[in-house]
Amino acid sequence: MLGFNALVSIALLYGAFLFGVAFAAERRAAGGRDGWLRSPWIYTLSLSIYCTAWTFYGAVGYAARSGLEYLTIYLGPSLVMIGWWWLLRKLVRIGRAQRITSIADLVSSRFGKSDLLGVIVTLLAVVGVTPYIALQLQSIAQSLDVFAGRAAADWAARGGGSAALWSAVGLALFTILFGTRNLDSNERHHGIVMAVAVEAVVKLGALLAVGVYVVWGLGGGPAEMLARIDASAISGWEQSGGRWIGFTLLSAGALLCLPRMFQVLVVENADEDHLATASWAFPLYLGLMSLFVVPIAVTGLELLPEGANPDMFVLTVPLSQGRDGLAVLAFLGGFSSAASMVMVATIALATMMSNHIIVPLWLRARSGGAMMAGDVRAVVLAARRLSILGVLGLGYVYFRLSGGGAALASIGLVAFVGVVQVLPALIGGLFWRGATRSGAAAGLLAGFAVWLWAMFLPSVGDGTAIPAGVMAAGPFGLEWLRPQALFWTGGLDPVLHAALWSLALNAALFVLVSLASFPGPVERLQGAQFVGVFELSEGPGSWARGAADAEPLLVMAQRIIGAAEAQAIFARHAARQGKQGRLPDVTPDFIRVLERELAGSVGAATAHAMIGQMTEGVSVSVEDLIAVADETAQIMEYSNRLEQKSAELERTASALREANAQLTALSVQKDGFLSQISHELRTPMTSIRAFAEILREGGLDPAEQDRFAAIIGDEASRLTRLLDDLLDLSVLEAGQGLLDLREIGLGEVVDRALDAALPLREGLRVERDPALDQVTLDTDPDRLAQVFINLIANARKYCEAPQPELRILWRPDCHAVDFIDNGAGIPPEQGRVIFEKFSRLGEAGKAGGAGLGLAICREIMARLGGAIRYLPGGQGSGSAFRVELPVKAAPLGVGQPLAG
Amino acid sequence: MAERGPGARRPVFLARASYRRRRLEDTARLAPLAAAFLWALPLLWPRGETPLSTVLVYLFAAWGLSVLASWALARALRRSARDADGDA
Repeated sequence: MLGFNALVSIALLYGAFLFGVAFAAERRAAGGRDGWLRSPWIYTLSLSIYCTAWTFYGAVGYAARSGLEYLTIYLGPSLVMIGWWWLLRKLVRIGRAQRITSIADLVSSRFGKSDLLGVIVTLLAVVGVTPYIALQLQSIAQSLDVFAGRAAADWAARGGGSAALWSAVGLALFTILFGTRNLDSNERHHGIVMAVAVEAVVKLGALLAVGVYVVWGLGGGPAEMLARIDASAISGWEQSGGRWIGFTLLSAGALLCLPRMFQVLVVENADEDHLATASWAFPLYLGLMSLFVVPIAVTGLELLPEGANPDMFVLTVPLSQGRDGLAVLAFLGGFSSAASMVMVATIALATMMSNHIIVPLWLRARSGGAMMAGDVRAVVLAARRLSILGVLGLGYVYFRLSGGGAALASIGLVAFVGVVQVLPALIGGLFWRGATRSGAAAGLLAGFAVWLWAMFLPSVGDGTAIPAGVMAAGPFGLEWLRPQALFWTGGLDPVLHAALWSLALNAALFVLVSLASFPGPVERLQGAQFVGVFELSEGPGSWARGAADAEPLLVMAQRIIGAAEAQAIFARHAARQGKQGRLPDVTPDFIRVLERELAGSVGAATAHAMIGQMTEGVSVSVEDLIAVADETAQIMEYSNRLEQKSAELERTASALREANAQLTALSVQKDGFLSQISHELRTPMTSIRAFAEILREGGLDPAEQDRFAAIIGDEASRLTRLLDDLLDLSVLEAGQGLLDLREIGLGEVVDRALDAALPLREGLRVERDPALDQVTLDTDPDRLAQVFINLIANARKYCEAPQPELRILWRPDCHAVDFIDNGAGIPPEQGRVIFEKFSRLGEAGKAGGAGLGLAICREIMARLGGAIRYLPGGQGSGSAFRVELPVKAAPLGVGQPLAG
Repeated sequence: MAERGPGARRPVFLARASYRRRRLEDTARLAPLAAAFLWALPLLWPRGETPLSTVLVYLFAAWGLSVLASWALARALRRSARDADGDA
């Protein structure tokens, strides 16, 4: 059997080989010969860090325990890759457009470059991924133990952890060397990516080699292997549908949310087109990785004694057959899986920690801000290196504490559910402009809390983090808070239970709080930029020409991205602006580019804050204005509607005011009318009473008696007339009373009026137009005659000419009858009021009426559909009244074709 | 169909190309749903009676089919994108 020391030497040699590969790749990239480093194949292979030691060793163990369920962990990511057109394409485009450095940066950037969200996602990722890193260390230690010939069960007790410690140190060194060489993430980590790609080939090759050996060397070919599978302990197809679908979705979400996957998928992506290749090549890789898992598991169950750790079958099966070479290859495959995961995961976590926690804190501690802050570049690099050490240290501590007891698969699932908490904010932020920072924070915190309580803490070990009593009965006896039976849903699988409740509460709070809250301006700009990334090719919220000069900006940029780099950027821009020298004008465009360059090093939120300190103020560019234009249009439309509404209210109010004024005026008129009428009634009543008194006292001669009685009679009849008129007027004004419409000749009506008003034709000479006889009307003849009588009587009463004359003329042009006398006429100022009630010309007594006649005429004509008006002709030319008659409607059917 | 006069040919060709591109994108969006359906199908098979080997072979066959379809789609999409760039 191969010696333990020989194995360690091989591992060290392999590590040196990886080191050489990474170094060569860095050299080539630095020399500009990085063509094939940027190929889609390298990109696809780098995605293979999805397959960690959990896949390499754990999948076989998973299959030996639960049959085909392990496939769900690879089916989910395959679905995401096949569906790249939905999500990954957009994610990569945004990542490139916004210079995203990590998943925390993406969430923070989307929700207004928020520091808070960056911190939350970073913490979530650190807590979620640390056990996962511990798992990789454990797998390295465990696999070495297998070779060392020690029993896998008691390796920890015998200090086997030192292998894990040394692996951790080695990996930390490697990661610091190749992961923090340069600061601008946009330059990418060529060395790391290349090493990961080589490791991807090694682990796939190793697993396929073991698989081929198992199927053809031990199993006797595919057909026989299938028969063995059906004969084995895991032969039944008993898969639970909930776990199958749930784990598939979970792993699909994890592919997007795991920090290391985000790092290789989005941050290290050199070309969007690479996604198209990866869309089929990565599912193919995953398929090949999982192809021989079941055969290896079945063979292990057959060949090895009961109680052997199925997680190690990949090593123990070849070893049990004396195939040391194959076992070493498998060991290198497992080591590769663990190492590549640890490297990329620590880089991703360290970037997040330094950009979202350490550097902001450091900047805040230095009150002078970015200008006074010394060499930021050194600080950021130091923060990253410290973070890498910190993350690996945490992983190691977790590994020592947990004692390596849990099966590999369960730790992986714990991490998956943890990081998937970012999914609602991620998807919502990419597709829903209504998603807000408060919503994202609320959802993330809720999901984080539920995951900690229901999954993470119980996973640390039975009774360690959460006492057994609390697990069984809930905290403080609250049964609905039992970690694995929240809200009395105890019947569920614990993983599904935690995933369901954490994601449900997360998504619900995210949506509800987003709906209820209102995003800030930068948030809304970023929302528009993210959701509409394919429509808006331009950058994020840009800067106005602030107080900044190019000089201090250059000083600051040098501190962050290095002197040569910064000067090159500035000179390039100066050249683009057509300027001599090395300093460009500080245009918003230039500041936007600079901010993105800085964001590539220190994250969007920090870069934004630093530039903000220099330029003093955020402003928006034309592109941003366009981006929010449709929102503005909506707001304007809304305010227009409001304006319309308020104008409408204004109109209603003024109409009401008018109505009120009219009512007031009417009430005044009514008062006037009442006092007028009481006066009119009182005058005759007074004389009637007076003469009645005189008559009663007696002592009068008969002639006087007759005279007084006649006066009483006259006054009484005048009273009667007045009352008749009033009654008539009130009926007309109220629009009551029926009209007796008939067809009648106009001449006939005039004759009837003349007969009534001038029965003897004396006192007034009347000239009647013969054309009147040609006209026929459809009207109420009695009412019309009443109008004419009034006019004729007036002429007789008021015409003061020596030989009074009245001409009654037909005016065919305006369909009216004119009554013109030869008197003095009416003064113009009185002409306006003669149709008012109780208006009289001159002495009241003379007319013997109450002045209601013309008012009645006007009402009658209005009822009949015509009008009566006084024609102002000037004094001396006689007074003229015009009665406009309604034009008779054309009989139905005339001039139209009759229907039917 | 539109007339095939010499002047009308080019716009018709262009419209057809972009139409095809849209349908390709639709297909790319539908692909994961189809794959998900294929991979969930064994859940409908009778438990306990179906041999594991049958499910295993079926799932990997579906896997291969999905990879092939995805490969064809990616190729067609890239080709149509290149054509669109060439025309523009």
